[in-house]
Amino acid sequence: MSSKQDRNRAGAIISIARLRKVYAPGFEALKGVDLDIKRGEIFALLGPNGAGKTTLINIICGIVNASSGKVTVDGFDHATDYRPVRAMIGLVPQELATDLFETVWATTTFSRGLFGKPPNPAHIEKVLRELSLWDKKDAKIRTLSGGMKRRVLIAKALSHEPKILFLDEPTAGVDVELRKDMWQIVRGLRDSGVTIILTTHYIEEAEEMADRIGVITKGELIVVEEKAELMRKMGKKQLILQLASKLDAVPPALAAHNLQLSADGLSLTFTFDTQAERTGITSLLTDLRTEGITFRDLSTKENSLEDIFVDLVRHAA
Amino acid sequence: MNWHAVNAIYGFEMSRWGRTLLTSVLSPVLSTSLYFIVFGAAIGSRIAEVDGVTYGAFIVPGLLMLLLLTESISNASFGIYLPRFTGTIFETLSAPLSPIEIMLGFVGAAATKSIILGIIVLITSSLFVPMHVAHPAMMVTFLVLTSVTFSLFGFIIGIWADGFEKLQIIPLLIITPLTFLGGTFYSISMLPPLFQKISLINPVVYLISGFRWSFYDIADVSVWISLALTLALLAGCSALVWWIFKTGYRIKA
Repeated sequence: MSSKQDRNRAGAIISIARLRKVYAPGFEALKGVDLDIKRGEIFALLGPNGAGKTTLINIICGIVNASSGKVTVDGFDHATDYRPVRAMIGLVPQELATDLFETVWATTTFSRGLFGKPPNPAHIEKVLRELSLWDKKDAKIRTLSGGMKRRVLIAKALSHEPKILFLDEPTAGVDVELRKDMWQIVRGLRDSGVTIILTTHYIEEAEEMADRIGVITKGELIVVEEKAELMRKMGKKQLILQLASKLDAVPPALAAHNLQLSADGLSLTFTFDTQAERTGITSLLTDLRTEGITFRDLSTKENSLEDIFVDLVRHAA
Repeated sequence: MNWHAVNAIYGFEMSRWGRTLLTSVLSPVLSTSLYFIVFGAAIGSRIAEVDGVTYGAFIVPGLLMLLLLTESISNASFGIYLPRFTGTIFETLSAPLSPIEIMLGFVGAAATKSIILGIIVLITSSLFVPMHVAHPAMMVTFLVLTSVTFSLFGFIIGIWADGFEKLQIIPLLIITPLTFLGGTFYSISMLPPLFQKISLINPVVYLISGFRWSFYDIADVSVWISLALTLALLAGCSALVWWIFKTGYRIKA
């Protein structure tokens, strides 16, 4: 057995290898994706619309057939050993697809049975209480708000006690308060040992929640990194100097610092890499003094994950 | 076998039926009863017996067959089309289920509904017309086989349809005419020779003939041919369903 396989067995709960999907008209939605999901982590999959996020999830869950490639879930092949694979996965889809005329209790109990688990009213009650759905348990789904329907979908996915939970855009169209609630729920699940894979448009969400981040665009995974590491590697800082008097142009003596002068001539921006051995700040300040340029104020600004994401996707395009 | 899942789907489908008892049970019972009142009691008394059976009793097997075919198709096609339409099919596809378990749930429920309706209408008809069942075991066999076969056929239509209209096309435009022309209201031996020959192309003739034989011991074609054709239709529909799951036709991209 190769060392990679050893590592997978120990750390990865899902291993995806060279996964491709070509839809009927010839559109290649996934172009050979390789990805390992670690046991117990929260993995955020970021990408613009149509990047292949949902296709990737749907293949793992058995809703879409892969064109080629291999997916292993906890040691089982997802195509040939689909029973154990699917039994351990819960899926919260992007669309609010629910049985409108069913009650919350009936639909959640139905999901548990569908996934092969014997009835367990105590567990269903626990899930509904955690999701603040208990007082709605006898309500027909069609009478619920969009946010509540989203909770029902999460309850259905959790009804059969999955080891892996896929959340496809879980907070799309959900208000800020409910979104924070969901983050709390997701963290609670992770603490109980559930591996969570979420796709999101809200980069703030990935920044808040994820242990690792994958960025996918046009069917290709362009980066997979620990969140902290990604932000450290890709993160740049800017030093902004508010000048005491207006400059018409950056003096030639300062050209080496690649400064940007604002349109009003009243501020200079210096971009530096926090990871570099020398950031260049000291020499910049020395050169400024030599040139007789004085400043009233200075501030620094860090790249957000959003800036990193936009950079990555633009670069890949 | 994932029996919990079979039970979940079957229970879900039966409870959907339970919520709409007025339209799903009362309406077919009422419309079939109307046939008995009109053709059995009112006009039937003026029509001569057919092969020694009063006209009202003669049409019972054909009307039951019409009910079984249309109800099986519409229940099974709607049962699978609805989750496709609303998107809730994702859950069935992502569950640890084999095609056989999915079929036992969906088709089993649709066939059960048809069998229950058939029994209700049979009891109702016995209130209007004098009838007897000569071969009870064969009657039950035809009742169950036809319900299962046409529930499978309905499932196929529910997968094939991409709109509500298409769900209705086959029951309304094909099954109903074939049943009316298949000897529900007459024995095909009453037709001119040419039309007798043409009628033999219609598979429903064989279904009705076999079913009527199990009641009154009279048939247009041999009961064994009727049984063989029913089994052949069952095998054909099963093969088509197997192909649907194998290829993911219209259910999996």
